[in-house]
Amino acid sequence: MSPTQGTGRVDRAHSAGRTVVDIAAAVANGSLSAVAVLEENLAAIAARESEVHAFNLVTSDRARERATQIDADVQAGKKVGRLAGVTIALKDNMCTRGVETTCSSKILAGWKPPYDATVVRRLADEGAVFVGKTNLDEFAMGSSTENSAFGPTRNPLDTSRVPGGSSGGSAAAVAAGFATASLGSDTGGSIRQPAALCGLVGVKPTYGMVSRQGLVAFGSSLDQIGPFTTTVADAALMMEVIAGHDPLDSTSLPQPAPALLPVLSQGVKGMRIGRITDMPEGSSPDVLAQLEAAFDALRAAGATVVDVQMPSMSYGLTAYYLVAPAEASSNLARFDGVRYGLRVDAKDLNSMYGATRAAGFGDEVKRRIMLGTYALSAGYYDAYYGKALKVRRLIADDFAKAYTKCDVILTPTSPTVAFKFGDKTSNPLAMYLCDVFTIPTNLAGHAAMSVPFGTGEAGLPVGVQILAPALGEAPMFRVAAELERAQ
Amino acid sequence: MTIASNTSSGASASVNLSSIVATAEQLIDGWELVVGLEVHVELATKTKLFSASANRFGDEPNTHIDPVTLGLPGALPVLNRHAVELAMRLGLALNCRVQPCTFHRKNYFYPDLPKAYQISQYDQPLNIDGWLMLPGDVRIGVERAHLEEDTGKSTHAGGAEGRIQGSDYSLIDFNRAGVPLVEIVSRPDIRTSDQAKQYVSELRGILLAVGASDAKMEEGSMRCDVNVSVHKPGTPFGTRCEIKNVNSIRSVGRAIDYEARRQIDLINGGGVVKQQTLHWDDSAGRTNVLRTKEDADDYRYFLEPDLVPLAPDAAWIERVRAALPPLPAARRAVLATLTGAGKESEAVAVVVERGQDEYISAVAKVGGDAARALIYVQQAFAEEPATPRVPAGDIAALSLMEKNAKLTSTQAKTLLAELVANGGGDVLAMAKAKGFEAMATEALESIVDQAIAADPQAWAKYKAGEQKAIGALVGAVMKLSAGKADGKAVTALLQAKASS
Repeated sequence: MSPTQGTGRVDRAHSAGRTVVDIAAAVANGSLSAVAVLEENLAAIAARESEVHAFNLVTSDRARERATQIDADVQAGKKVGRLAGVTIALKDNMCTRGVETTCSSKILAGWKPPYDATVVRRLADEGAVFVGKTNLDEFAMGSSTENSAFGPTRNPLDTSRVPGGSSGGSAAAVAAGFATASLGSDTGGSIRQPAALCGLVGVKPTYGMVSRQGLVAFGSSLDQIGPFTTTVADAALMMEVIAGHDPLDSTSLPQPAPALLPVLSQGVKGMRIGRITDMPEGSSPDVLAQLEAAFDALRAAGATVVDVQMPSMSYGLTAYYLVAPAEASSNLARFDGVRYGLRVDAKDLNSMYGATRAAGFGDEVKRRIMLGTYALSAGYYDAYYGKALKVRRLIADDFAKAYTKCDVILTPTSPTVAFKFGDKTSNPLAMYLCDVFTIPTNLAGHAAMSVPFGTGEAGLPVGVQILAPALGEAPMFRVAAELERAQ
Repeated sequence: MTIASNTSSGASASVNLSSIVATAEQLIDGWELVVGLEVHVELATKTKLFSASANRFGDEPNTHIDPVTLGLPGALPVLNRHAVELAMRLGLALNCRVQPCTFHRKNYFYPDLPKAYQISQYDQPLNIDGWLMLPGDVRIGVERAHLEEDTGKSTHAGGAEGRIQGSDYSLIDFNRAGVPLVEIVSRPDIRTSDQAKQYVSELRGILLAVGASDAKMEEGSMRCDVNVSVHKPGTPFGTRCEIKNVNSIRSVGRAIDYEARRQIDLINGGGVVKQQTLHWDDSAGRTNVLRTKEDADDYRYFLEPDLVPLAPDAAWIERVRAALPPLPAARRAVLATLTGAGKESEAVAVVVERGQDEYISAVAKVGGDAARALIYVQQAFAEEPATPRVPAGDIAALSLMEKNAKLTSTQAKTLLAELVANGGGDVLAMAKAKGFEAMATEALESIVDQAIAADPQAWAKYKAGEQKAIGALVGAVMKLSAGKADGKAVTALLQAKASS
């Protein structure tokens, strides 16, 4: 297949430029049919999925049934939800009742959960139509979706390049017009970085704002689910639906979902935008140029830009690569061949464990399980895991200090635009550096989002990251909306 | 649970000198025994510790399961408030301090551990620093009583000794997985196997009294791990061994006695005790090695990120404390005073253990004789519930008739059995129907005289001071009265006649 040349613009032709907000309104008032919306997406999938490989599974039959039902409900004058007829793709690490959920791992291939994740239920309750389950780096471990056991996903903007990861399939699905919006999960940048590389809006909510119930855990203290959309308003609406307390997740915050749509028109006049003076180096000039342009745009809209320091930011990566693998080593221990998923039979119990896990997990997953096991081991705990927890505390302290001076902070989302396949697969450290700007937010449990802002190398989109304190979604979305208007 | 450098029981640390010293008669050939107990109890909640599945023993396997119990991907634990409350109740009953606490993951692979980690408490348990008083005012320290989840139950089929190694296949019942447990870790303050048995028995009484657990050792809802070491008094503690699978109070005593003897013989023979985990084989009456310290697991404890810290507020703690029922030791003291029995009386202990002490108070309240009621209840109410079916008034009537010599003790016993069989009855009418009326004094005197006349030799011997001789005379009276005479009254009459 011949790579598509980058245009820097998300190809919205297949969804007729429709947004979540437009579709929900039009389907609800009967001026647009949910089936028609879905068929546009399915046509796009038929045309380009073999090239992009955004999905592990397309659930067209279920989706058609669902869309038909919604249209019938509208016809019958029944009340429909806030997302009536909105087509949504789900990252394949979110449990869907009776529908295969694989985490792009051989060890879970064929597993059908007996329950829906809370986010899935909330979207369904509001009338969403699920198009399918999207590809990811195995168990969400990676930054390019090259670590999937089922093959990589390609960036629809330039198929010689990666879509980012780990939620690369969810980003590609929206960028290619396969779905109107999608959900990803973000442990160290897995929503924001692919959003940046695919020219989308991607949100990592405050830790505890969106329920993790039904999300297959990677790093439980870091994981959050969030949306990919083409507009800021769509992201706000998606957040309003999926956020809010869930009694099934003990780490869920008590707050109801925040009202974000109303803040979008508020502008940024008087807001203080933080610029990190001691930011980790290594970002490419095209990315830095767009960041400057974003500061200028906000200044022009009446915000002030203030300097802040984040001395611990560069340690975030090291701390993250101890905390996340440590939790992962424990979270992934349940894949033991005893109750579900892959089992490779062997002569005794320990051999069965070994054979199953050797065959079922890919290299990156094995690497992180070993890292995490080591970091938690007797005699090493204090030097590694214990120290990482202290760095985590330091980062939170630095953020707390910075937020006394500003409302939000702007950084690049990714140091570069979308890179080519294989560029970083041979060097795990280079791959890990993709997340240098996104990881500190997860360690602190704060909110952050990426919004597309201009283009860089090869006309590819650049993402600007807006960092906000815990529960700072409202100011974050005000700034995001302003940056979108400035485009 | 054993915590890294903070080993609880019979510690191996070289500086561990205890202020609790065995008495000379408690020593075994000059060796002092040091025992600490880790007791797991299943809490009597309706549902599991982290999910809504039922906590029920003995049902069809794998019927009380759900995504959390099975550790399915994406399932998250939600802490059961009632389990916390029961654990607090137990902690307060054991004089512990209830403190803000956290949950940790204890990581290891085993088929009956669905998540491959057990959610437990590590360095910040719910209850710490308590104690339990044994009869004779021996105070045993309780280091901690923490919450954790139970594992599933494995059954290994075929192969050797019911163990997984060499078995043909294994069956797992996950009904037990996720059942709330409290692990109560004693300090190494126990010095004899009898004390260890008393500790378990007393703990069981407390568990039942506060309603925290049904504490059935035979069903596994109460399980003991025993840490045993021996040393010479005044020297540091010896190396300890942990004995698992000790499933009855009797086994606790036997396992400790066996293990103490094994360790002493080993040392006396020039050997060295190795830190080991042992398995108690009850039928063979011996311990076998399960594993040695070198191949102990590294559990990689870390804070459970799926749960938040638990900090019961002062008001909650005080509410639980205020609602604590009287505990067995206090109840024994009350019953001993009421009945005039000694504090160490077996009848008192047995009746309190059955929870029938309230009943005896009720008998006394309606004017019954508490001392006799205690004996009746101890002897005849073993199969009765805490609140026996026989109305307290009936037992009161029976006790008064016997006390006032209207019935002999044998007659009283007969009527008591009938009361229990029928769940009560009109004692006076029952006595009449059976012709049980203790003889009036005059009638008795004439029969006593007849007996003396019939056996002058016995009478002479008795008068001369030979106490044994009274037996023949009493026997004769009983025979002549067709059993209606009161043995005590007869003895008293003979004594009076002999000394006049």
